[in-house]
Amino acid sequence: MIRFSHVHKSFARTGVALEDVSFQVNKGEFVFITGPSGAGKSTILKLCFFEERPTKGEVKVYGLSSAAYRNVDVPKLRRRLGIVFQDFRLLEDRNVEANVAFALEVTGAPPSQVGPRVSRLLAQVGLGAKATALPRELSGGEQQRVAIARALANDPVVLVADEPTGNLDERATRGIFQLFRDINASGTAVLMATHDLDLVRRAGCRTIEINRGQMVFDSASDGGFRPSAPAEAMEDDE
Amino acid sequence: MRLALREALLAFRRAPMLSALSVTTIAFSLFAFGLFGLVALNIRNALRNVEDRVEIRAFVADGTSAEATSAALGDIGAFPEAASVRLVTQGQALDRARRELGEFSDVFEEGILPASIEVRLKPGFRDPATVRAVAKRIEVYDFVDDIRFGEEWVEKLHRLRNIATLAGVALGLTFAIVAIIIIGSTIRMAVLARAREIAIMRLVGATNGFVRAPFLIEGFLKGTLGGGLALVLAWLALAVINRFVVQASFFDPWMGAVGVVAGACLGLAGSAMSVGRHLQKV
Ligand SMILES: Nc1ncnc2c1ncn2[C@@H]1O[C@H](COP(=O)(O)OP(=O)(O)O)[C@@H](O)[C@H]1O
Ligand SMILES: [Mg+2]
Repeated sequence: MIRFSHVHKSFARTGVALEDVSFQVNKGEFVFITGPSGAGKSTILKLCFFEERPTKGEVKVYGLSSAAYRNVDVPKLRRRLGIVFQDFRLLEDRNVEANVAFALEVTGAPPSQVGPRVSRLLAQVGLGAKATALPRELSGGEQQRVAIARALANDPVVLVADEPTGNLDERATRGIFQLFRDINASGTAVLMATHDLDLVRRAGCRTIEINRGQMVFDSASDGGFRPSAPAEAMEDDE
Repeated sequence: MRLALREALLAFRRAPMLSALSVTTIAFSLFAFGLFGLVALNIRNALRNVEDRVEIRAFVADGTSAEATSAALGDIGAFPEAASVRLVTQGQALDRARRELGEFSDVFEEGILPASIEVRLKPGFRDPATVRAVAKRIEVYDFVDDIRFGEEWVEKLHRLRNIATLAGVALGLTFAIVAIIIIGSTIRMAVLARAREIAIMRLVGATNGFVRAPFLIEGFLKGTLGGGLALVLAWLALAVINRFVVQASFFDPWMGAVGVVAGACLGLAGSAMSVGRHLQKV
């Protein structure tokens, strides 16, 4: 699904951001990318949706290789991914419904199918009742749910999330994380960058740790990692 | 496509001031261009009128036989440049002089004015070089005493027209470039105002063509509106000039249509430029 092979990334102004990063995310997996701020988590995710290209090495996502692609392939790839950010990135001048519909319209979905699909997506993220609200009328957690509904619009094979709970309080964080778990349970892979170690520890999912651009740990290849609590424990915390 | 059109129209509603501003700047740059076009058009028309009167006059020596002159008339009439040739006899010359001078007509006596052959040239053969060449060929007849074709004046006329055309082309190009820059920057403002939206569109998998379409439509619409407005302004300006200065002619419908299409093209070019640059950058 996603494969990094000896990926290096350096920027003209800031120098090396990633060094020899290799890992693979399989169908239906839930993978955390953790590490301190500035470690290179966002850069890894940007490489996944081809916003950046590696300086060296190869990134391969859903069959598209960073070593050989045309610009027209990128939009096609992004329709197979769902992308979620810390700052939600909603269109402030459109209501919830329109924000989700946007992702469908952009891909040329038949207009007759957009309405029902949007309703289903909003119901899935628990916002069925707020379809006509504007983003600023929603809480942070609710705004992130809208962004997730939008990310799910085109039935992605993998959800890529960059600190999706970074702007949320404890309670909203748990709610959003549970939503990711539910989405993952229905077969969509999730790759989530976060520096919230509590969240990672409690979740007990595969974890890749990055520090100063280098992979320092991958629980999939390191037998030493033991989740401190099963994922189901999440509900007990609420 | 329908979505792109909706987005483009929405852009007008979202930023009515900016849209009005860009339409009027397009209109004014095209209007300035149009005004100059009108001036050039009218100068050309006027010059064509004057040029129609370009004429070579060969004075015929006294005592030339009628056969000689009529043979010459036939020859000259067969010149490819000649539109018409006619003989003005001494009597006709005198009549004309008397008519033109009115009360002083008595000063002329029979026989004082020479007969002449008057040659008019076809359109396209009225430039100084051709006129001189034709005059030279007429001059070879023995009986031709003197030949006049208003040398300096034909030349001056032509220089004036060349300057007018050159100035028109230069100013026209300048205005076209200014218009493209103005449209480019207004669309650029629109693009920047929607940079966030564009970034999100691309994240959810919009193609560059999809992102571009509404802006191109917006530029096209603004250009067309601007062109139409410029045409109306030019027409109003002309009405004022007609009323208070001189009678001048307006563009024919074809030229008007070309003006509006030019506006649309400027709008398209300007927006394609700024969107292209933006898409390349991000
Ligand atoms: N667009 C960019 N231009 C220059 N440097 C960048 C850019 N994006 C990230 N970096 C650099 O790469 C490093 C990793 O950044 P990032 O991936 O955002 O870290 P994280 O998401 O883990 O906080 C940082 O040192 C940052 O300055
Ligand atoms: Mg980051």
